[in-house]
Amino acid sequence: MTLNRKSPRGNPLLFIQGNEACVYGAIHAGCNFFAGYPITPSTEITEGMSVNLPGIGGTFMQMEDEIASIAAIIGASAAGAVSMTATSGPGFSLMQENIGYAYMVQLPIVIINVQRGGPSTGLPTMLSQADTMQARWGTHGDYTAIVLTASSVQEAYNVTIRAFQIADRFSTPVIVLLDELIGHMREKVELTMINNKNPVRRKLPEVPPEWYFPYKNTLDMVSHPAPFGEGFRYNITGLIHDKAGFPSSVEHEVINRMEFLRNKIMQHCQEIWDYREFYTEDAKYLIIAYGSAARAARGAIETLRNMRIKGGLIELKTVWPFPYLPISKIAEKAKSKIIFVAENNMGQLVHPVNEIFSNSVKVFNINRFDGHAIDPYEIVDMVKENIYA
Amino acid sequence: MKNGTKATAKKGTGKINRVTIRISGSGGQGIISTGMLLGEAIAIGDERNVSQSQSYGPEARGGATCADIIVSDGEIFFPECNLLDILVAFTYEAYEKYASLTREKGIIIADQSAVDVLSGTAETIKVPFIETAREKFSKSIVANMIALGFLSGYTGIVTGGSLLDVVNDHYAGSKHRDANIRAINEGFKLAREYAGSAKVFI
Repeated sequence: MTLNRKSPRGNPLLFIQGNEACVYGAIHAGCNFFAGYPITPSTEITEGMSVNLPGIGGTFMQMEDEIASIAAIIGASAAGAVSMTATSGPGFSLMQENIGYAYMVQLPIVIINVQRGGPSTGLPTMLSQADTMQARWGTHGDYTAIVLTASSVQEAYNVTIRAFQIADRFSTPVIVLLDELIGHMREKVELTMINNKNPVRRKLPEVPPEWYFPYKNTLDMVSHPAPFGEGFRYNITGLIHDKAGFPSSVEHEVINRMEFLRNKIMQHCQEIWDYREFYTEDAKYLIIAYGSAARAARGAIETLRNMRIKGGLIELKTVWPFPYLPISKIAEKAKSKIIFVAENNMGQLVHPVNEIFSNSVKVFNINRFDGHAIDPYEIVDMVKENIYA
Repeated sequence: MKNGTKATAKKGTGKINRVTIRISGSGGQGIISTGMLLGEAIAIGDERNVSQSQSYGPEARGGATCADIIVSDGEIFFPECNLLDILVAFTYEAYEKYASLTREKGIIIADQSAVDVLSGTAETIKVPFIETAREKFSKSIVANMIALGFLSGYTGIVTGGSLLDVVNDHYAGSKHRDANIRAINEGFKLAREYAGSAKVFI
């Protein structure tokens, strides 16, 4: 006898790590190029891609470091590949300069950062959410980042697929921010997109090459640079550029470029924002969290509700652009009195939350930064302590 | 340390509200693969929620190594084990290190060779996993399979069928398949010998 590994919908069921789920997600999304440098706790992604990509006609490159890795996937993306890399804290720091380049030249790439603790090499094998701000503000200059996250192995699979779709949709880097706990633990996963009929494939422009401008404003405010080698000739540069891609410091063109980079994302927030609500309708005490901290918060809410304390949770699936609007609407509707932000760091996600509620509602931060997951009871205690204070 | 999410294992309800299991021993004893097989058998075979993790970093190389499995029919909110319901220890080092983390009402299943002086407050039973593996299979490596069979028979945390299925899957076409299946059955047999004191978790 063997195990029945089919879900009721006929999809394969696996018992795998979050990192392995990312590999399946990437392959099912249509990824065909990976360049990376192994680093704990993301190594299984690099390993998995090296095993799986060659078999489906993709390319795997082990690079000499993370700077080379990000450069390689940007180059591959310029040539039309659906490309990604995976790393953790120290590697993510090394990648920052080129991530900024990718924002500027508007090429779709996916970067998975499985967060570890501490600055520098820190805590390689332990859990942290300390790159929350770096994912938003890591590279220099003004730009708008898209950062997605997951709180279970199934979600790691789903979010990886979504990251590729969004990167392609907005022609921009998408960062998937996982934490060590989600990356390393094994859970049951249903491979829902194994027969994906619409894998991400880079589109060619609809105009003939002689009319083509890679960075021209379009109706939906998104430009898609054509893959190199298809006859569409244009310039790619990290300098502020005009619609043809050539450097320009003319005032209106600078403003146009900068606003374009922001607006293509901010005007489509509704498409990007993703979050889940738990008992928020009447949540006098509202918790905001993502990743493994949100998992603990869900447990805390159940316990609080059993104690007849009106707790609720907004679990973020999109960390950036920060869902200011939905959060303030939910809190307003529920007439929330105190907001708690639970996170595995010394306080990062709390800042945008503070921006929303600066004067109107009290905001408390629940932090843990010893490399371990937040225990639901820590949240329960913190909530009880503050509502009776 | 906080108490962690409360574990309850109500007898006879068939529902589990969080049971934590730690398989521990030293590197090379197949601890990690034992944990993976157990997790997969419960998650896919028995259709319960499982999260399984293992120790990484310096402690994973030599010395005590462990694989943690959390089983629940509800959501698993806290995927770390800070209090154990079931500890399986193959070495004295592992037993000594984790016995005190085992809940008072939990159970420690230790290899006979692993327990010298009792520590911790949980009930400890000593089972000759390694000795049986050596005697009946002439190789100590199948001790973990015997332990899996025993765990199933003794605690009911995993059904025997799922366990056999998952091993069948993983060792399909391997020359080790038959020995592993026989070792699991040996574990079932051992569990029956200890049945008088059995603790039921489901």
